[in-house]
Amino acid sequence: MTDAKYFTTTKKGEIFELKSELNSDKKEKKREAVKKVIASMTVGKDVSALFPDVVNCMQTDNLELKKLVYLYLMNYAKSQPDMAIMAVNTFVKDCEDPNPLIRALAVRTMGCIRVDKITEYLCEPLRKCLKDEDPYVRKTAAVCVAKLYDINAQLVEDQGFLEQLKELLSDSNPMVVANAVAALSEINESSPSGVPLVEMNAPTINKLLTALNECTEWGQVFILDSLSNYNPKDEREAQSICERITPRLAHANAAVVLSAVKVLMKYMEMISDTEFVSVLTRKLAPPLVTLLSSEPEVQYVALRNINLIVQKRPDILKHEMKVFFVKYNDPIYVKLEKLDIMIRLASQANIAQVLSELKEYATEVDVDFVRKAVRAIGRCAIKVEQSAERCVATLLDLIQTKVNYVVQEAIVVIKDIFRKYPNKYESIISTLCENLDTLDEPEARASMIWIIGEYAERIDNADELLESFLEGFADENSQVQLQLLTAIVKLFLKRPADTQELVQQVLSLATQDSDNPDLRDRGYIYWRLLSTDPAAAKEVVLAEKPLISEETDLLEPTLLDELICHIASLASVYHKPPSAFVEGRSGLRKILPASTRLDMKKMEGSGDAQPAVIPSQDSLIIGDLLSMDINPPQVMQQSAPAASYSGPDLLGGGLDALLDVGAPSAPSAPLGPPSIPSNPATGGLLGDIFGLSSSPSTYTSPKTLWLPAVKGKGLEISGTFSRRNGQIYMDMTFTNKAMQPMSGFAIQFNKNSFGLIPGQPLQVPTPLTPNQPCDVSLPMNTTGPVQKMEPLNNLQVAVKNNVDVLYFACLIPMNVLFAEDGQMDKRVFLQTWKDIPTQNEVQYSINNVSANSDAVVQKMQQNNVFTIAKRNVEGQDMLYQSLKLTNNVWVLAEVKIPPSSNNCTVSLSIKSIAVDVAGGVYAAYEGILRS
Amino acid sequence: MIGGLFIYNHKGEVLISRVYRDDIGRNAVDAFRVNVIHARQQVRSPVTNIARTSFFHVKRANIWVAAVTKQNVNAAMVFEFLLKIIDCMQSYFGKISEENVKNNFVLIYELLDEILDFGYPQNTDTGVLKTFITQQGVKSQTKEEQAQITSQVTGQIGWRREGIKYRRNELFLDVLEFCNLLMSPQGQVLSAHVAGKVVMKSYLSGMPECKFGINDKLVMETKGKGPTTEDQTRAGKPVVVIDDCQFHQCVKLSKFETEHSISFIPPDGEFELMKYRTTKDISLPFRVIPLVREVGRTRMEVKVVLKSNFKPSLLGQKIEVKIPTPLNTSGVQLICMKGKAKYKASENAIVWKIKRMAGMKETQLSAEIELLETDTKKKWTRPPISMNFEVPFAPSGFKVRYLKVFEPKLNYSDHEVIKWVRYIGRSGLYETRC
Repeated sequence: MTDAKYFTTTKKGEIFELKSELNSDKKEKKREAVKKVIASMTVGKDVSALFPDVVNCMQTDNLELKKLVYLYLMNYAKSQPDMAIMAVNTFVKDCEDPNPLIRALAVRTMGCIRVDKITEYLCEPLRKCLKDEDPYVRKTAAVCVAKLYDINAQLVEDQGFLEQLKELLSDSNPMVVANAVAALSEINESSPSGVPLVEMNAPTINKLLTALNECTEWGQVFILDSLSNYNPKDEREAQSICERITPRLAHANAAVVLSAVKVLMKYMEMISDTEFVSVLTRKLAPPLVTLLSSEPEVQYVALRNINLIVQKRPDILKHEMKVFFVKYNDPIYVKLEKLDIMIRLASQANIAQVLSELKEYATEVDVDFVRKAVRAIGRCAIKVEQSAERCVATLLDLIQTKVNYVVQEAIVVIKDIFRKYPNKYESIISTLCENLDTLDEPEARASMIWIIGEYAERIDNADELLESFLEGFADENSQVQLQLLTAIVKLFLKRPADTQELVQQVLSLATQDSDNPDLRDRGYIYWRLLSTDPAAAKEVVLAEKPLISEETDLLEPTLLDELICHIASLASVYHKPPSAFVEGRSGLRKILPASTRLDMKKMEGSGDAQPAVIPSQDSLIIGDLLSMDINPPQVMQQSAPAASYSGPDLLGGGLDALLDVGAPSAPSAPLGPPSIPSNPATGGLLGDIFGLSSSPSTYTSPKTLWLPAVKGKGLEISGTFSRRNGQIYMDMTFTNKAMQPMSGFAIQFNKNSFGLIPGQPLQVPTPLTPNQPCDVSLPMNTTGPVQKMEPLNNLQVAVKNNVDVLYFACLIPMNVLFAEDGQMDKRVFLQTWKDIPTQNEVQYSINNVSANSDAVVQKMQQNNVFTIAKRNVEGQDMLYQSLKLTNNVWVLAEVKIPPSSNNCTVSLSIKSIAVDVAGGVYAAYEGILRS
Repeated sequence: MIGGLFIYNHKGEVLISRVYRDDIGRNAVDAFRVNVIHARQQVRSPVTNIARTSFFHVKRANIWVAAVTKQNVNAAMVFEFLLKIIDCMQSYFGKISEENVKNNFVLIYELLDEILDFGYPQNTDTGVLKTFITQQGVKSQTKEEQAQITSQVTGQIGWRREGIKYRRNELFLDVLEFCNLLMSPQGQVLSAHVAGKVVMKSYLSGMPECKFGINDKLVMETKGKGPTTEDQTRAGKPVVVIDDCQFHQCVKLSKFETEHSISFIPPDGEFELMKYRTTKDISLPFRVIPLVREVGRTRMEVKVVLKSNFKPSLLGQKIEVKIPTPLNTSGVQLICMKGKAKYKASENAIVWKIKRMAGMKETQLSAEIELLETDTKKKWTRPPISMNFEVPFAPSGFKVRYLKVFEPKLNYSDHEVIKWVRYIGRSGLYETRC
């Protein structure tokens, strides 16, 4: 038998020749001709011209020939719908054939011909076939319903096929049940409303579980996959289903095993019986390990899934480290996945073994694999503190090999190790510096520069090293440029004496010669910081860095939960939700059932409970924008919307918000309560009027100049703070001193001591025409991120307009922070006064005040300072007052007023747990008393 | 589900193309060729996503078998299915090669039509398929025959037909174990496991119910109650601790789960009854002790000691030790005490073959390797020394205790069945780092 000859046909007149052969009388010749046609079709030649001739061969009792003709029909019917009709008669006739194989064949093929007219004729035969006495026909008809649904969903619903399909779930033949389940699952998933058309219920599930034991391996997969979409109504049901599914874990087919794992992983969330869950977890490990001895392609799928399972339930495989050791002959994709899992499973108990393996891998041939292995060593160091020293030693060994990419990778991870364990391994810096010249990858260069900048004080020739990078500044990758800028600023702050020239050079390179906005902005920030307040610059740039997390590359928990519901599927291979790679129909997002996770934690309580929300390393690095950015820029964009970072980030979130070109609700500025709408143009004034009417004499310090026009690129801002009706306002006057109108205003605060954030977006009437002062009143909330400032009431503000982003700092008068409910009960006051240690008492005197005690009491009361008691001692009035700051810090004060009421000196002693506030409170007293 | 299935030769020419779903067009065939087969780099994943279309591929010999889909399919199932198709084709026409695929394309299309419907895998059991996909042209089947075929394709016992008759009821059991080892140069076992399988050839009449007993620790402990188990084990009946096992679909899994008994109605002829994996108490049949010394930049000395570690009365066979040599090897001098050793430049290795070796023996090979001086800075990384062998015992300690046959309808009893059991231990990946 040499059918190969059909693939080599003469070119000329081929179609014509075939045509005559197809119409030949001899059966044998006909068959040969059809084979030739199919061969041509396979290699992509267009043989649609032969349609009528091929269809003519359909009427035959030769099953083989019939199948070939059908194959041809399925391919070309769509392009020749009119001619396809010719075939209908034969199909309908075949559906009545006494031979079940032929009946099934006809129904199967008809469903694949997507021509409306044929579909019309399909309904009747299909209805019959769904009730056929032969199970082979029924199982084929079941799938055919799904085919028809794909062509014409309405028709299927109208004709009642769904009900018939549902009835097949109770069929006596397991394969019919399995195919019916598969068809139903598909129909449910593609239902346009997203609501399943046919709901599963407990009795149906029971039938499926019975069929599960008897049907083919593929049928078992269909059933298990559909069970994974079912939500048991209670824990008992979940438990009993789990029990009946567990035997599937011993099946030889990996798909059956993984689908069973999926169902178990999902249902386990519902089960609170810790004993049951731990038994189940123990049963899960062996089959997962066994999957690793299957064919490499199956191994790959298994490993991608194990990666998810290990993240969800680290306990399952924690003792199975060894099976993930890489074998020399594993395909590269298996090697890389195994490595990933090894790092996840690394713990103090097995770290020695893991390290020696990783060291072995680092000498292999595949570059990607070696890099990953080196990186893994670094990750082990970060994850298992006890091993850090050994890891660093190993990395140093690897650096000595001088293999270029190994060295670069090692330097990248050493930077992370430095961050995790500061002041521990810096002795190796000199070795790292030796390899400076060989680094040609941006990430490695940036890491090295970071190291030099961070430890500038310990590297004698840090300035020379950094200078050497500066020569080719313009050609560097932006990642390296940013890092270099920061490193040199750090160096300058640490060794200001001899590096001034260098810092000026880099600042001018960054701000003047670069067209990268990120670089320019950062350059300007540094420049201003350094020129206005070097101390603040130090605080910012040399701030303590947040800890980097131990686990990296963890999937985000909600995504992980979703992927757990998709175990074994493509989504679990890609580690992406189906919507990311499946077109059109979105379907329902699968979610794990509401879990009994608290109990879970208790069960896993052996120290390594579930990983809490651990931000990936990348996003943490973003957190301190200013000093670290060794990460690809796309990560920045990705994490920009998440505006709540921890750690020092001068304007970190703010910048992002500002850069959202005038977006009215920048992510980090939640809208405040719409108490007094501050109208553009008149907002400030109106606000003032309202404010005045209700509490006539709240003290407001006069406006001061915050941002001179010279520094503000033509924008002048002066302002003050006030408190009206329990709301803090920032009252500002914007004056445009430039020639051009300004627009696109937005405002952002840096984190501050009292968590002040704008309560609503800045509303400046735009365009702001030149020389037209405009008053703006901005309500503020105290719900923002808190970070202690120096002085305490310092507020750093960034204002953006169409020209640039402008920065200034101002002081918040403390009195606007005095809360309305600051009156303390007398006894509590006494007790508190006693409880606060005397070293927390600070004495001040205020000169040249003209006031008597009653006036003082009233004045202070208007500003939310409440008098608790009054005494007269030796002619002097003693007032005991209490106030509460917005951050719930209580302040107690004793005011001594001498009898003479003119130009006297009032002495004030302030007591508070947080003694830092005293200065500000004193300033506020002074301001209020003098007003 | 699977949207289409393609088979290509090594050049990327399509040999077979079958589309099951409307969302897969002809261009998918080309996309795979361009992006995977003709891609410059080595294949980095068996799953490739090109323009929201996912391609699964398995490459065997020079043939690529690819499945394509646009949906979120069960990936494990797709791969298992591709492997099954390859199995199936092999059992129909032997080796998978371009020529064989072309020669049998009509058969392959017929198979693909039968075992995949709308992308859903159907019965793929070759034994069953062979009863009705025959390529014999017109074959008039009687109604009974047809009914039998369909009930078998869909039935509960899809793997066995009724009415089988043998004059002599006979069965063969092969316990075949692959012993895997990774050892450090210092002789520390880094990982070792045995992947075993029990292959059964049954020539039994009727519908026989079989019960299979092994010396699994779990089974032994549930069977023997209380202290007797301890006595048994101490009395020299070793047990094997099976980490995990999998069974042919004929085995009643639920019964195994509850009673730890392996019972089944076997298919006719040869099949794989069970697969298992063990990691504890493996008796490693051979031990390789390498000693490598680099003498300067152009010479290397290698000494390899091979020890056999099993009963002296048994014989190990087909022993082969493969010692990798650097790429710049120019010449090798070899001395070995036993067997034949040869340097094979094409494999970059010294291959040392020993036909037979009894247990508890020791032999050794020494080699002097001359190297060409090269200017490449990169150090040669030594691949591990691997070895192959075959021994007549099961390294895991696995033992068949019984296989009982019950056929209630026909009157032959368990005693009349002739049973053969054989143990073979082979090397899997048996490597020693050097």
